[in-house]
Amino acid sequence: MKFGIIVFPGANCDRDVAYVTRDILGQPTRMVWHEDSDLSDLDVVVVPGGFSYGDYLRCGAIARFSPAMQATVEHANQGKPVLGICNGFQILTEVGLLPGALMRNRDMRFICDRVPLKVERTSLLWTANYAQGQVITLPIAHGEGCYYADEATLAELEANNQVVFRYCGPDGAVDAEHNHNGSLGNIAGICNRQGNVLGLMPHPERAADAVLGGIDGLPLFESLVQALVAA
Amino acid sequence: MPHYSARIYVTLRPSVLDPAGTAVQSGLAHMGYSNVETVRIGKYIELTLEADSEDAANQQLDRMCDQLLANPVIENYRFELQTLATA
Repeated sequence: MKFGIIVFPGANCDRDVAYVTRDILGQPTRMVWHEDSDLSDLDVVVVPGGFSYGDYLRCGAIARFSPAMQATVEHANQGKPVLGICNGFQILTEVGLLPGALMRNRDMRFICDRVPLKVERTSLLWTANYAQGQVITLPIAHGEGCYYADEATLAELEANNQVVFRYCGPDGAVDAEHNHNGSLGNIAGICNRQGNVLGLMPHPERAADAVLGGIDGLPLFESLVQALVAA
Repeated sequence: MPHYSARIYVTLRPSVLDPAGTAVQSGLAHMGYSNVETVRIGKYIELTLEADSEDAANQQLDRMCDQLLANPVIENYRFELQTLATA
């Protein structure tokens, strides 16, 4: 299975993802320059974290128009997997692959921390190796991670089971106290209706090697590889 | 072709919280302006363009705002168009 990781000017988590897919999982991985518009050789497209185009205007606003992102939309529309992490999640909302928007954190601070998350849905190719309701710990590092969507969109997300990860306490309590950035519904990650597009603010790629202090992000990548190998 | 200048105002939709505006309001209160009731921070963009007509310029600006300059999920926009004197 072949991974492609889009490299924007200002991306800074692209190599972290490649370390996981290429070195830990042993999967062929291609770094895709943002001006590249041919992704037909790829099975999975990863839109990594960072500060694409300097986050000018709005996070992800300019990245969405890059040839590589236009090709990513086509890739997603064919039902193939697309993963957006942090800035990648912001870009996926800007390009319309995922609903809602990510706004400035409620308390105006950039948050760099490790936080507990509740896995809300395991019937996805992304999360099959987690247990339903499992509490995992992943790093977060963002200034604009406050998830917003209008009431109707939010109701639709919940009704269709599209919320995949929520910020929670160490015991799994989803409450205001553990809602670090003010996201509606404590939302940390969502998928599209079909489930092939996942966006999340936390960084699973920074928690896939024990030397980095945690491996709770690894099952996400392993679930994906297993699902695609089985398909 | 005529040239136009546009002043574009991008504002947060009323239903969206504005933590930056709230922080500025508290700063103003520290200055003694406790009478300030609301602060909402938006963006102001100036651009000039060449277009066939005022209608064409308006249509193009609408598309620019919808697709890039504003995010309709969280923001509203309005703009003022002015015809520039040809040199």
